[in-house]
Amino acid sequence: MDFTPLWDWFRWLHGATGIKLTIFYDSFDRWRFFNGFLTSVRLQAICLVLSVAVGVVGAWLQGARARPLRWAVQGYIQIFRNTPPLVQLYFFYFALGYYLSVEGEAGLRTALIGNFTWAVICLSLYAGAFNVEIFRAGIEAVPKETVEAAEALGYSRLRAYVFIVLPLAFRISLPALNNNLVNLVKTTTISYAIAVPEMLYVANQIWSDEVNVPEMMNVLLVIYVSLVGVVVYAMNKWERALRVPGYVS
Amino acid sequence: MSPAGHVLRTQAPLIHIADVHKSFGKTEVLKGVSLDVAKGEVICVIGPSGSGKSTLLRCINALVPIDRGSIVVDGQEVNDPRLDKLKLRRKVGMVFQQYNLFPHKTALQNVMMAPVHVLKQDAKEVEARARRLIAKVRLEGKEEFYPGELSGGQQQRVAIARSLAMNPEIMLFDEVTAALDPETVKEVLVTIRELAEEGMTCAIVTHEMGFAREVADHIYFTDRGVIVEHGAPKEFFTGAKDPRTRQFLSQIL
Amino acid sequence: MRRGVPNRAELPVLLPFRLAAPAERPPAFAPSLSWGLALAAVFALSVGAAEAQSGAGQPAILATIWKWAPLLAQGFALNIAISFLAMAIGTALGAPLGLCQISLLPPVRAGSWFVTQFFRNSPWLVLLFYCMLLLPFEVSVAGHIVPIPGWLKSTIGLSLPVMANVSELVRGAVRSIPYGQWEAADALAFSRRQILWMIILPQCVKRMTPPWMNLYAILTVATPLTSVVGVSEAMTLTRDALASEARSELLVPMYSLLLVAFFVYCYPISRATAALEKRFAVK
Repeated sequence: MDFTPLWDWFRWLHGATGIKLTIFYDSFDRWRFFNGFLTSVRLQAICLVLSVAVGVVGAWLQGARARPLRWAVQGYIQIFRNTPPLVQLYFFYFALGYYLSVEGEAGLRTALIGNFTWAVICLSLYAGAFNVEIFRAGIEAVPKETVEAAEALGYSRLRAYVFIVLPLAFRISLPALNNNLVNLVKTTTISYAIAVPEMLYVANQIWSDEVNVPEMMNVLLVIYVSLVGVVVYAMNKWERALRVPGYVS
Repeated sequence: MSPAGHVLRTQAPLIHIADVHKSFGKTEVLKGVSLDVAKGEVICVIGPSGSGKSTLLRCINALVPIDRGSIVVDGQEVNDPRLDKLKLRRKVGMVFQQYNLFPHKTALQNVMMAPVHVLKQDAKEVEARARRLIAKVRLEGKEEFYPGELSGGQQQRVAIARSLAMNPEIMLFDEVTAALDPETVKEVLVTIRELAEEGMTCAIVTHEMGFAREVADHIYFTDRGVIVEHGAPKEFFTGAKDPRTRQFLSQIL
Repeated sequence: MRRGVPNRAELPVLLPFRLAAPAERPPAFAPSLSWGLALAAVFALSVGAAEAQSGAGQPAILATIWKWAPLLAQGFALNIAISFLAMAIGTALGAPLGLCQISLLPPVRAGSWFVTQFFRNSPWLVLLFYCMLLLPFEVSVAGHIVPIPGWLKSTIGLSLPVMANVSELVRGAVRSIPYGQWEAADALAFSRRQILWMIILPQCVKRMTPPWMNLYAILTVATPLTSVVGVSEAMTLTRDALASEARSELLVPMYSLLLVAFFVYCYPISRATAALEKRFAVK
């Protein structure tokens, strides 16, 4: 499809009203902003999946018999919940990243782990800490009578957990989980601070070049709110699809 | 039973309900209900769940607006859009199945709140009246207790005192003993019977057949949104005519 | 013992069957100070390691950190001040907004819903940029020019998502009050305003307090975001100190010091919130 008439309209807009939206009519700006958008979405998607995985594993470990293991998980949760995610990011990228770099020629240090990867690690651990608590609360909210009934029917502990407890626990934790995942999508913008080329960072570059701060800020706000809105909508649909009629937790 | 065992039917009825229809969304809950309650009369409405009994009560004091038909309470048309709802609700008191006491106020405050803030009566007077009412429902000494510290039966009696504090002419009881333990049901029923004997006009929705037989002047049986049969308790319980009524009574009694 | 009659002790008897004892329920929160101590231990270890790494002739790590401590403490104080102010503004704006969401007038309801959702869905950093760059640096009020410093603009930027969250909090709390309360008050002829202010809202306050405190903790750990838009708070000053010292072994100790500082401030809040939640849930 040829979008040239659309781009030309924006060029006209700039001429007529002074509203400078180069991300539409300038092919370089358009390309880099679109790539920034894709980077944002990629970052968000990867972190969503990984943080849920961290949450599942952590919730499992929290029920372990070994006390040191339980304390370790609890410590991880408390530290990641009570400290600023931005400081965590800096800690990972600058402090730990320094020790994970190699000295190249001419004394230049190159990092082994790139900034995108550090952002993924840090954000997944941050959101994962909240998810562990959410999943744990969901599991504990399943009444033990349900588990007893399952065992009376002959389910082993593990099978009862997988087939009876987890599906119920998941539905119970879904609202809180959705809330946390939406927050994660919003928090990914902090990767700006370590120069990950996501939307906010690219927009900054563009408005520095083109001197169109108000336009870019407004576009950014609208796109982010819409993106998050889409995620919220999808989560609500998912919640509704999983709802069990008549079950009130 | 009301005083003297019979009811004055020569005056216009205090509550006149004529062909009332009410739907919630697509479900029609009341399909043309008509009944009259004379002053001083005690009526009981019985019937299976979902037959519209609670909705009917809520239509009488305009908690639920009706779609069609007319309800006239003491000369006031309830369906009138210009109705002064506050004036109506001062005449009609309602007690609910879930008591619905205000949990952040003591029993005494619960009873006092409405007369002081709605009727704007003098607080000292209201307090004296409230204490009398609490003693009347046999809860003397519990004035400073919070609802959370009272048993179900006690909470329900406070709820009755709270409605009485407004000096209503009509009292509506919506399955008030359904949420109580069997031991506490009796104390609430005794309170209601005393009210009835003092001449209060009452409309009671209940499952307690023995109580209905004792207290009511007239019994109405509703099923699926219509009044199937009605009569004085003696004829009603022994000689019900409609098969639906007989089936219901055989399941209950 | 007579032969032929089994000894009672030998009769086959079904012994009571016990399911394997469940793993001891883990404590809801870790013992009070152990995590702060763990973090402090990390800090101490990192100082030790850094000390081992630093070249001869350079001042001790702890001494260096001590030198910068007053400045960093000042910066941290600014973080706290921003968090108080943003929370105050956000709550003052958000509570009425939440009440508008339950208004009987459809346009008021729709408008306040939209505003709430808009600011709930915006990333905090983007709002910060927006306010920093687009709010004027001075306004004229009644003939006087009032400058708006950077930290104030970023405080306003932070108060916007707080406002949206408080609005949702209020709406959720009002909706959680059982409908029977509204009915009973209605039947007693209270007006809608009386019902809201005398019966519903007092009951809501208790329910709203734990999530409100939780929101404050989230806000506090979000204040370092203002360093990205140029406010000189603890994060900015830490980075400035590190840049000025230019010693790579200071990286871990100083960043972990910052983490410890925030942890020490926020952990008691999260404990108090959990305790309150438990207490109010019993009712």
